[in-house]
Amino acid sequence: MPLPLPQRLRAIGYRLLQAVPVIFGIIVITFLLTRALPGDPAVYFAGPAADERSIAEIRAQLGLDRPLPVQFWHYLGDLARGDLGTSISTGQPVIHELMTRLPASLELTLAALLFAVLVAVPLGILAATRPDTWVDHLCRFIVTAGVSLPTFFTGLLLVYIFYFLLGWAPPPMGRLDILYLSPERVTGFYLIDAVIAGEYAVWRSAAAHLVLPALTLGLFTLAPIARMTRAAMLQILASDFIRTARAAGLTRRKILIAYAFRNALLPVITTLGMVFSFALGANVLVEKVFAWPGIGSYAVEALVVSDYAAVQGFVLAMALLFVMLNLVIDLTYTLIDPRVRLGD
Amino acid sequence: MDTLASRPNTLGRHFLYVLSSNPVTAIAFALFALIVLTGVFGPLLVPYDPLATHSARALEPPSWDHWFGTDHLGRDVFSRVVVATRLDLLISVAAVSLSFVLGSLMGALAGFFGGWADRIIGRVLDTVMAFPLFVLAMGIVAAAGNTIENIIIATAIINLPFYARMVRAEVNIRRNAGFVQAARLSGNLDWRVLATQIFPNALPPIMVQLSLNMGWAILNAAGLSFIGLGVRPPTPEWGIMVAEGANFIVSGEWWLTLFPGLALMLAVFTFNLLGDGLRDLVDPQRRT
Repeated sequence: MPLPLPQRLRAIGYRLLQAVPVIFGIIVITFLLTRALPGDPAVYFAGPAADERSIAEIRAQLGLDRPLPVQFWHYLGDLARGDLGTSISTGQPVIHELMTRLPASLELTLAALLFAVLVAVPLGILAATRPDTWVDHLCRFIVTAGVSLPTFFTGLLLVYIFYFLLGWAPPPMGRLDILYLSPERVTGFYLIDAVIAGEYAVWRSAAAHLVLPALTLGLFTLAPIARMTRAAMLQILASDFIRTARAAGLTRRKILIAYAFRNALLPVITTLGMVFSFALGANVLVEKVFAWPGIGSYAVEALVVSDYAAVQGFVLAMALLFVMLNLVIDLTYTLIDPRVRLGD
Repeated sequence: MDTLASRPNTLGRHFLYVLSSNPVTAIAFALFALIVLTGVFGPLLVPYDPLATHSARALEPPSWDHWFGTDHLGRDVFSRVVVATRLDLLISVAAVSLSFVLGSLMGALAGFFGGWADRIIGRVLDTVMAFPLFVLAMGIVAAAGNTIENIIIATAIINLPFYARMVRAEVNIRRNAGFVQAARLSGNLDWRVLATQIFPNALPPIMVQLSLNMGWAILNAAGLSFIGLGVRPPTPEWGIMVAEGANFIVSGEWWLTLFPGLALMLAVFTFNLLGDGLRDLVDPQRRT
């Protein structure tokens, strides 16, 4: 019996509430990281030519002379106004840069996850239905190799093969050929914006640039999904209700898809949370390899020039993104599984 | 009588049985030995000084003189890859041991005492896990300073929750077990029961985690140095070598990237296989 609607809404509300302390914890940690700057932040922001007095002035200006709880309160206020500070390398507000670059990262991550799910789920199902055959061994090999491959290394290998040797892929430099201007910004996803603008050539170029980075990131995320699908399917295929369904003479397809896979979906969706954590981290490395203009390469550039406001803004943004993704996963979970009552 | 004679050797036999039934595990143990030996003796055996530049012979493809070719400064890639083993192993071993010790301590306290200790520790761990872990490591290194020690600490922090949660679960299910009550009745203090009775029983699954974690720690540290954190050139380290080689891959000098990358992959692969093998050894039911 599915839960009645009001109860379900309450479950969703409860889950949203649960995210609050997590977000608070994230903000506390990010704040502590900001204050743990090597040396004195005031000296750092004052620049190399500063004397004692200007350093003291900057310290007062930044509020660094006040006690930590007061500073934290101000930090919260800044965050509430969407102020993540100003990047010292570009002079732009950090939040502005992050928002401009975020769609590029999201497009890459989502494309990679789509690829990973489309390959990993069928592979996991095949391996579970044919244990100890070549499919199973292949699955096991891919799973182990997939988690062992450093993403940045896979990316460079793919660049060497498909760009240098075969010449199929465009050079690993950004999202478009230099020939094209980026399509008019609607969603920030080039593949969608190009369709809206009706520019076929731009779409082709964007897609061609997306393939290798998405493949690189996808290969990395594929392993945990395939592993979980296989394990969940194996467990469910061995359970009593499957035996009953078989005895009742249902078709193989019906048993696999409608009975087993629907149930296996839940643990698989739960692992997606962990997969996102890895994918968002690996994203940084992939963006660096392909000079992808997302928030990951922004953070790497900021790290090189010690632009701390930018790095901390990036860490906070990534953490909030991750919390949001997990929230979406959990809510999907409530919608898929009629048994789940998150309030319990 | 022959059962008695064979009994002391059960674990050894089981070990041999696991090795023979799964040759992959045997290979993993062999590779592991190879990596450790390379880490220990590598710097003594390499044909060239890993830091010696030789501009006349820059960017040469692999040959008899230079098995893995030379890099853009004419340094021998083979020597650099071999010498790097020690540093990469050291970073990951240090990070994993640190998170093992701290994580076990936190997990044991949470699992044994429950209540407030459990709630606070659980909350802290949840908060760490709420970050994408590699990103958190980047943030920690950026804030604390760009040194190898901080790479180790950051890697340890992001691995810590895995140990703490595992130890907590293992300790929690045993805290009122029969042998624990017996130990208490015979007058042992809490911490003594925890250290000598409960914790050793929780070790086997943690050893598996340790091995799986090593691979991940190596990947993580190499990833950090790939984006320019921690290890600095010209120190030979796999991640930074791949990063240096990345500039040359678009013009076809593949050997700069391939060999350190393969070494890294082999190391991670070995630890993952080893972890799976150890799991078969301690817990045959959890095979996946």
